[in-house]
Amino acid sequence: MIKIFKTILVVIFISTISSFSNAAGESEKPLSPGWSFKGFFGTFDRASLQRGYQVYTEVCSACHSMKYLSYRNLGEPGGPGFSKEQVKIIASQFEVTDGPNSDGDMFTRPARPSDKFVSPYPNDQAATAANGGAYPPDMSVLVKARSGGADYIYSLLVGYEDPPEGITLDDGVYYNKYMAGNKIKMSNPLSDGIVEYSDGTEATIDQMSRDVVTFLSWAAEPHMEARHKTGFRAIIYLIIITIFVYFAMKKIWSRVETKV
Amino acid sequence: MSDHEYTPKSKLGKWFNDRLPILTLGNHLTEYPTPKNLNYWWTFGGILTFCLITQIVTGIILGMHYVAHADLAFKSVEHIMRDVNYGWLIRYVHANGASMFFLAVYIHIFRSLYYGSYKSPREVIWIIGMIIYFLMMATAFMGYVLPWGQMSFWGATVITNLFSAIPIFGEAITNWLWGGYSVDNPTLTRFFSLHYLLPFLILGLVVLHIWALHVPGNNNPIGIDIKKPSNDTVPFHPYIVIKDLFALLIFLIIFAFFVFFSPNILGHADNYIEANPMITPAHIVPEWYLLPFYAILRSVPDKLLGVIAMFAAIFVLVILPWLDTSKVRSAIFRPIYKQFYWFLVADVLILGYMGAMPAEGTYLLIARVATAYYFLHFLFILPFLGKREKTLDIPLSITEPVLGGSVNPAMTKNIKDKV
Repeated sequence: MIKIFKTILVVIFISTISSFSNAAGESEKPLSPGWSFKGFFGTFDRASLQRGYQVYTEVCSACHSMKYLSYRNLGEPGGPGFSKEQVKIIASQFEVTDGPNSDGDMFTRPARPSDKFVSPYPNDQAATAANGGAYPPDMSVLVKARSGGADYIYSLLVGYEDPPEGITLDDGVYYNKYMAGNKIKMSNPLSDGIVEYSDGTEATIDQMSRDVVTFLSWAAEPHMEARHKTGFRAIIYLIIITIFVYFAMKKIWSRVETKV
Repeated sequence: MSDHEYTPKSKLGKWFNDRLPILTLGNHLTEYPTPKNLNYWWTFGGILTFCLITQIVTGIILGMHYVAHADLAFKSVEHIMRDVNYGWLIRYVHANGASMFFLAVYIHIFRSLYYGSYKSPREVIWIIGMIIYFLMMATAFMGYVLPWGQMSFWGATVITNLFSAIPIFGEAITNWLWGGYSVDNPTLTRFFSLHYLLPFLILGLVVLHIWALHVPGNNNPIGIDIKKPSNDTVPFHPYIVIKDLFALLIFLIIFAFFVFFSPNILGHADNYIEANPMITPAHIVPEWYLLPFYAILRSVPDKLLGVIAMFAAIFVLVILPWLDTSKVRSAIFRPIYKQFYWFLVADVLILGYMGAMPAEGTYLLIARVATAYYFLHFLFILPFLGKREKTLDIPLSITEPVLGGSVNPAMTKNIKDKV
């Protein structure tokens, strides 16, 4: 009786929930292209990370900052795997303001690996003003800051379309089927061949989107590989010790005529 | 505490114990007679103690690196995640630890509801437990504000704004809580200070909770009073210690899964956007463990009454020992109560789900019905049911049903003869 009652309750509960979740949402569900960094043993594809960094610097970084990353991160374990020399060269291509010096003046110098990524605008207000009133969000943790994460950002990048009939767009507003409300203030940033990959990979929109999202996923979670590795070991360890404790418990409780 | 006096074997031990009887306490804790039929729902007390210690230890370490300032808090959290050695691990344990803590406390509370552990003579244990639960919610809420993301900021704004519903003094109280005219740096710094303080109050209350427990001893699945120590009990060590450890390890495997493979699934994506007073998120939702109360709050049309309803939802739990009039503790022997118990579980789950949805249309209607049922359960069903329900015969001791396989009618008496 109680069992039947409980089953009915659960069925009602689940069906209510599922009927509600179907009702919500006007933008399309994001695509899942499949990522090498998902799952228990997920790791980043180094070549994709390096290509993604290239897309970020040559395209995204014109508007989007990445203020929580340092150039040294590019050479750290679990990341794109640039060598120490490469990181130095990458950093030196950017100018940073330092100071004050002993004369009390600010001065510019080439960036060092220890410097944070140089932002395209001096402050958020300047970034907003230069982009038609829409602040281009900082990309350091962007993948974690959007529900849908990597899938969502990938979908957004490949989701630009001409607006369907009946929808008129204001100047500086673009149609994207994955954006909430379908209207986005960022123009389609990618076009085939907009970057030239040095490893010979063809720079299609799809390829560049995958690469840059891989890069952004690493940027948002630079210790993900270490986390997966440690997590796997921790859980194996816990399972083994749980088995030992289980048999110890059985042995101890065998002195009492009660089951555990 | 213990019936028989304990004398340490060594001379030094005896000398010390005469001056500070800490060895007597240790002996009491190991010998503590525990019902031998406790099931795994009883292991959550130990699990919760572990959770509290974990939160305190990881929290102290995070406090070494965190900067409680509106301009620096978000940045310092990213510093912890990126540059502090194993900072990501410590923060994810702390953040997911809060969720695991609440998961465990909800199981612990619902276990108590099922087996009637709140009833005489354990009312004080229950009330202390409810104070702990209330402080946990306050602590968790303030902790969620500290990363200074969008949900932190707007969650803090919504919750602190509740106090403005108080007549006459509302606005003054809210401004006093904020330390200004909106949620800002003074709010953040005081929340940090209190978030650091409250766990130690909780720790103190946990000691009282366990102390109060050790006076009457544990309740048990069949909910009868047992002789202690007797055939029905086992010493806490090693029997309960090893069982609690086993359950804790299973719990840790689930905990580890969240920390290492899904650390952000229980959080909200918006909290990785730095707080911005100029932009309101589309939906402001609290952490999952506060959702049922959030649903109750929003289902009342009037702001002040909503706040009262929310606090009343916790307060009815405090007075539960006197609302439930049944003398029989365990739901095993209360066939009708058992059904209402599962209704309540479903009701709270529905409230939690509605708390995450926008308060409009069908969602709001369901939330209102669920809120009404919540109070109906505690204020009408329980007092009435206790007087009318025909309970099953209960066994005289734990050993009987265990050894006899099933309850032997000849060996049992009606509850009325017992109490």
